Amino acid sequence: MTTLAFTGARIVDPASGHDGPGVLVVRDGVIEGIRSDVPSGAERIACDGAVLAPGLVDIRVGLREPGEEHKESLAGLAASAAAGGVTTLMALPDTDPPLDEPALVQFVARRAAAFGSVTVLPCAAATKGCAGRELAEMGLLKEAGAVAFGDGRRAIAEARTMRLALAYARGFGAMIVQHPEEPSLASGGAMNEGELATRLGLPGIPAAAEALMVARDLRLAELTGGHIHFGHVSTAEAIGLIRQAKARGVRVSCDTAPPYFDLNETAVGGWRTYAKLSPPLRAEEDRQAVVAALADGTIDAIASDHQPQDTDAKRLPFAQAEPGGAGLETLLSVTLGLVHGGALTLPAALALLTCRPADLLGLPVGRLSPGAPADLVLFDPDRAWQVREESLVGARNSPFDGRPMQGRVLGTWKAGVRVFG
Amino acid sequence: MNGFGQMAGRRRHLLGIAGLDPAQIRAVLDLAETYISLNRKGGPRDVLRGRTLVNLFFENSTRTRTSFELAGKRLGADIVNMSTSGSSVAKGETLLDTAMTLNAMHIDVLVVRHDQSGAAALLAQKLDAAVINAGDGTHEHPTQALLDAVTIRRHKGTLENLTVAICGDVLHSRVARSNILLLTTMGSRVRIIAPPTLIPAGVAALGVEVFTDMDAGLEGADIVMMLRLQKERMGRAFVPSAREYFRFYGLDAAKLARAKPDALVMHPGPMNRGVEIASAVADDLQHSVIQEQVEMGVAVRMAVLDLLTREARGNA
Repeated sequence: MTTLAFTGARIVDPASGHDGPGVLVVRDGVIEGIRSDVPSGAERIACDGAVLAPGLVDIRVGLREPGEEHKESLAGLAASAAAGGVTTLMALPDTDPPLDEPALVQFVARRAAAFGSVTVLPCAAATKGCAGRELAEMGLLKEAGAVAFGDGRRAIAEARTMRLALAYARGFGAMIVQHPEEPSLASGGAMNEGELATRLGLPGIPAAAEALMVARDLRLAELTGGHIHFGHVSTAEAIGLIRQAKARGVRVSCDTAPPYFDLNETAVGGWRTYAKLSPPLRAEEDRQAVVAALADGTIDAIASDHQPQDTDAKRLPFAQAEPGGAGLETLLSVTLGLVHGGALTLPAALALLTCRPADLLGLPVGRLSPGAPADLVLFDPDRAWQVREESLVGARNSPFDGRPMQGRVLGTWKAGVRVFG
Repeated sequence: MNGFGQMAGRRRHLLGIAGLDPAQIRAVLDLAETYISLNRKGGPRDVLRGRTLVNLFFENSTRTRTSFELAGKRLGADIVNMSTSGSSVAKGETLLDTAMTLNAMHIDVLVVRHDQSGAAALLAQKLDAAVINAGDGTHEHPTQALLDAVTIRRHKGTLENLTVAICGDVLHSRVARSNILLLTTMGSRVRIIAPPTLIPAGVAALGVEVFTDMDAGLEGADIVMMLRLQKERMGRAFVPSAREYFRFYGLDAAKLARAKPDALVMHPGPMNRGVEIASAVADDLQHSVIQEQVEMGVAVRMAVLDLLTREARGNA
């Protein structure tokens, strides 16, 4: 029986609204509660004024194992997550082979669990092979541990398939996660359509490609009563549609990723392939709309959209380079930029990284309530550092490479065990 | 004048017109003029003696490659033409591996054409030689814009306050981008004329006026620049057919009559006669300077080679 007492921290638990000093007591990997004194026999962990919060819940993480372990193995993923303060994550199914078989879902969850630092919950394939045609065995996949369904970085393109997926998943109480981009409009595109793409001679992807898919899927969610979740929303227009749909009671939720509220399309200037993402970095007005939607609650969660690539996939002419950016290790620091900039309070920012995404998936994590697993992150909200690709623990293809940051993870605990710092 | 071209890695390159100022552009054009007269007299043969120029063309091009080859030879350089079919490039070598290989060979100038926008810039970051962009994807083709500028200046005496109409497939044209940048930098008015499907998004922000009606766009133009419409763009969504394209966007005598009586007709070649330009117009020497553009190309490339190697030759 081990007892830990975290002392001297500012404890922030967005789920309960607690924000202040206290002693967080953990017994045998489970949170016992927040008290004012240190129980006798407890091992003290001095937090020196840093912020202690629930471990982060990241609901959009690209997996490269099985199939592309050279880009990031599950071991590398577990290390990246720990360094980023992420203790629970939802992994996308577009591996090779894709997660469309119960055995694969179990494999990923079990293998990741062996590293001990992060719970990996698969979002299983909505369609067989993530090919967008036949429904995957959602019931069996859910029994095997899947917590949602989607086709990863591929949009479910056909309206009829999406209708069936939304309706069928409703029967199992699961949401469908869409990559909101009309593929026929986005096909061949390398960056956001507009003046900059024209100057660089790169084929563009119009912002309308996102809004079109969002509009269609909102209508299909209404038709079926299913729950649609849009990943990484990035445009003012799509956000406007989601805001209206929420107001009229459609079962819709969405997340965004740090690049879409911290960067805009100018980051690709000079052919920086690390800033090539899917969806592409957008115009400044879109970035501002994402920030506003985080502040007014339209966006339910901030996810890293961690998409590891190796240098071979990135050191190419821009249009040939693979999209995607590493995001786990910078998730918290970039989000704290919204707090320093005054767009969000610290508890509101942390809610987007903890209890709100956990609630979307019905998970008991992302909160400091008694009886919850002691998944914790300790961070200094003001510590200055600079992102350098060579100092990242895991995948290095960060769109934030070179960016100065304010706020850094000091330690991460998984079920009461220190896994980072 | 600032150093010519763009810095990348350890030295200067010509990667595009973007970033050149009017003084730099004028310096190349002036030097090109002196090479035009020297060429007609047999030309200098020693400026680049002992220097190695590699022509690395990932896309087929007879005209541009030959033009660079001639320019290099007239300056006395050793020229190597690397074709990419059947080479290690075709076997999957990456662009950066190619750069490393070329570095190990200690070449002085690399002329590169590639089907990907940004390819020349990517090479320039890693290469010890001066890189000249001979066309990268749909990004830029700076020596084409410079040779067009010399041609225009020889006929009009200036590059200021001219009205230049660039017509055709602007969306996919690196020639159009380089010309827009050069001509607006030098103080001319640029119009682009194209069907809406071939107009790039946000192009007005580059300081051009956009027309979809060719007659209106050509009204009072001093210069009419036609662009090549690649056959694969037709039928596949951008344009329904060649005959429809020619009817509305092909340059014939009737449409040309809208421009000024002394308007110049230009084309970067190779032409699709009967698609974007009528033979009668292309061959009408009263207006057409298409052959002259080719001659200017050699002189402009000599000037670029000379300027970019001056520092390395200790002759800055």
